[in-house]
Amino acid sequence: MTTPAPRSGGFAEPYGHSSGANLADILERVLDKGVVIAGDIRINLLDIELLTVKLRLIVASVDKAKEMGIDWWETDPALSSRARRDELARENAELRERLARLEELEPGSTRKEAP
Amino acid sequence: MTTGLRYVYAVCRPLGAPLQAQLTGIGGAPPALLRHHGLIAVVSTVPEADFAEDALKAHLEDLDWLAATARAHQGVIDALTTVTTPLPLRLATVFRDDSGVRSMIEAREADFLRALDRLEGRVEWGVKVFTEPPPAETESSAPADRPMSGRDYLRRRRADTRAHEEDLQAAEAFAQSLHERLCARAEDCRLHPPQNAALSGARGRNVLNAAYLVPRDRSEGFVELVDRTKDETAGLRVELTGPWAAYSFSGFSEEGTREDGGGVTAGEAR
Repeated sequence: MTTPAPRSGGFAEPYGHSSGANLADILERVLDKGVVIAGDIRINLLDIELLTVKLRLIVASVDKAKEMGIDWWETDPALSSRARRDELARENAELRERLARLEELEPGSTRKEAP
Repeated sequence: MTTGLRYVYAVCRPLGAPLQAQLTGIGGAPPALLRHHGLIAVVSTVPEADFAEDALKAHLEDLDWLAATARAHQGVIDALTTVTTPLPLRLATVFRDDSGVRSMIEAREADFLRALDRLEGRVEWGVKVFTEPPPAETESSAPADRPMSGRDYLRRRRADTRAHEEDLQAAEAFAQSLHERLCARAEDCRLHPPQNAALSGARGRNVLNAAYLVPRDRSEGFVELVDRTKDETAGLRVELTGPWAAYSFSGFSEEGTREDGGGVTAGEAR
């Protein structure tokens, strides 16, 4: 990776560029921003648009995408472990809530609720 | 029949200083300057095997390839930013040969010149705000060896949820006030959709993701302002990136219709 020359202000280094920027910072700029020109390889624009939609789904909300039945990243090794952990945690919480509701429905315990 | 295509990184005015000699672009190829009238395109040769339509389509679905290509693209833009004000093109803008690049410049010359004038001497700063995740051992308030009843569990869960919502509201209020303060110090600003940790690898929830266009000579003050806010924010983390080329502000599209305004509300998943 390139090391940019220090700027006239001399402040550039601590806020150093690509080194400090994560992949999401870079992708959201190079895919989504910048000047859009149709080159000779015309299909690239469409493809990037599609890809951006997919990345946006991740960026927006994993849960929302799953609700919509979109889960392509689960087969993507770069992204899947995280998605799987989230799902386990969610399922765990859901089961505990169901258990708690069942306990509340128990006759003995509902009576205790009344003053 | 050539086996190389011309990849265009940016358009800018002729450079006052040469590019770093060891600079490499996509696939390790050195970027070259292609001059046309009063503009230059910064280009390099990329293999047709990677950038022809079908190959590119397949590559774009490969996050590793995409990441490496995006970093190489950004590396060249970064180097340009140290010697000029580049107008960065979107990733994978590819032409058959130099004459294709020249015709493109010819056709868009007025747009390029206008955008370059508007951005001359300006850089982009990225500012993100994250909630700091609570310390891992909040559970320890209840002895772990005593099994919790379902009711206790529910009660605590509700309390946690309420506390979490209040924290989030406070975080979003801070994000909004910070954004307003920074906009007042910038020439222009854009809100980007919040980042998800799966891509960014960052801890906590991203409640502000914004870009600010700031003249170079006022950047020091802008950076100091952002730095100062880091002390006023217990439980929140402010991150600064940059200086970037003015990616978020160079927007004009082929049709000239889509000006990428930041219509997305910070902290709101669409």
